[in-house]
Amino acid sequence: MHEMALSRELAALIEAEAAKHRAARVTRVVLEIGVLSHVDGGAMAFCFDACTRDTVAEGAALTIEQPPGQAWCLDCGDTVAIGKRGDSCPCCHGHRLMVTGGEDLRLKEMELV
Amino acid sequence: MCSVCGCGDGETRVDGAEVRKEAPGRDHGQGHGQAHGGHQPHPHHHGRAHDHAHGHDHVHMPDGTVIHYGQGPAGVSVAGLDQPTLVRVERDILGKNDAIAARNRAHFARHGWLVLNLLSSPGSGKTTLLVKTLEALGASVPTAVIEGDQETTADADRIRATGVPALQINTGKGCHLDAGMVADATATLHPPHGATVFIENVGNLVCPAGFDLGEALRVVVASVTEGEDKPLKYPQIFAKADLVLVNKVDLLPHLDVDVEALVDNARKVNPGVAVIRLSARTGAGMEAWLRWIEAGRILKCAAE
Ligand SMILES: Nc1nc2c(ncn2[C@@H]2O[C@H](COP(=O)(O)OP(=O)(O)OP(=O)(O)O)[C@@H](O)[C@H]2O)c(=O)[nH]1
Ligand SMILES: [Mg+2]
Ligand SMILES: [Zn+2]
Repeated sequence: MHEMALSRELAALIEAEAAKHRAARVTRVVLEIGVLSHVDGGAMAFCFDACTRDTVAEGAALTIEQPPGQAWCLDCGDTVAIGKRGDSCPCCHGHRLMVTGGEDLRLKEMELV
Repeated sequence: MCSVCGCGDGETRVDGAEVRKEAPGRDHGQGHGQAHGGHQPHPHHHGRAHDHAHGHDHVHMPDGTVIHYGQGPAGVSVAGLDQPTLVRVERDILGKNDAIAARNRAHFARHGWLVLNLLSSPGSGKTTLLVKTLEALGASVPTAVIEGDQETTADADRIRATGVPALQINTGKGCHLDAGMVADATATLHPPHGATVFIENVGNLVCPAGFDLGEALRVVVASVTEGEDKPLKYPQIFAKADLVLVNKVDLLPHLDVDVEALVDNARKVNPGVAVIRLSARTGAGMEAWLRWIEAGRILKCAAE
């Protein structure tokens, strides 16, 4: 459950950003977790509460955006959409795919008061 | 310590000495209790475009399904007094680890260390392979080993029995090594210039995948007793590998496993990944593995 360690990093990032903006509280946090990233959105949400307790982000609403997976098909020479790693190319059904998108794990936005 | 998710704070030890304290005062037990109550996901369909103004926790699934994790902001803001402002942050959550990993990589290059990160499920044969590898390498190159396990110094003891310096990191409840732990460990071990340094990650096919340690090469050990489907079930770890070592091939006569399918599956998530079939027990395939390490040294260290 590496999501716990990542949530701790996230809480520290939020604290630092909130301090930079002199915010009293953080009321919303928008996370991006690509569907091909190594992180589970549910587990991340589960750990978020624990890691933001007694911080400026305690009780903040959490929105998780999950951009779809993207890959470059070496055989089609084109960008294609994939749902998960190991999927075949939707056009040629080959497996020579290099993942190009949907891997990110980012703190995107925060709503501050 | 958290008994729910199995992750804990401040328990990382390097050879018995506690090295890091995480933020104190978080009651994980209670936090999880709340999370269990408040975060029961229920899928539902979301007909309109994404709108940041709505006030509830949710997950946007790629197919338009949304899973909600809570009933809305628990805090109260005083209307008319505080105008909420939305700020774009765009910061990588692994940014801190990645920055330390980049520092490690530069540090390793300065010392001419070839650093390999070995990942696998528990018991695939990492330590056995390392012992055999160190014996085969002998005094031809300086070597050192960093061992990662939740508990015990057993693996570092097995390495030290070969005469090679080893350092044990105990992650406590932690499920993976991170770049900071490896920075601490290499500072302590400090092998001679040009050494080959093996890091045995915590036996776990999931969590270590996302954590760059600053290694030059990533090796996933998959033993044939685990079955051919593991690359598709745990794709993250196989996707980032430079080499898949298929271990315990001496057991093939006793098993139904389809090794060709295992290799095909690894290449479905990582086209072109190098594969070596090997038995740490009989030594079959060891030559190819040692040549691969040497080639790695030439590729990664020649440029320095
Ligand atoms: N038959 C056979 N057994 C092996 C081979 N390699 C390792 N083993 C056995 O597999 C068991 C686990 O080996 P370890 O080397 O401790 O595995 P590990 O990956 O280091 O385990 P953890 O550090 O606990 O994750 C031991 O009983 C080894 O003797 C092999 O090539 N063939
Ligand atoms: Mg071991
Ligand atoms: Zn294609």
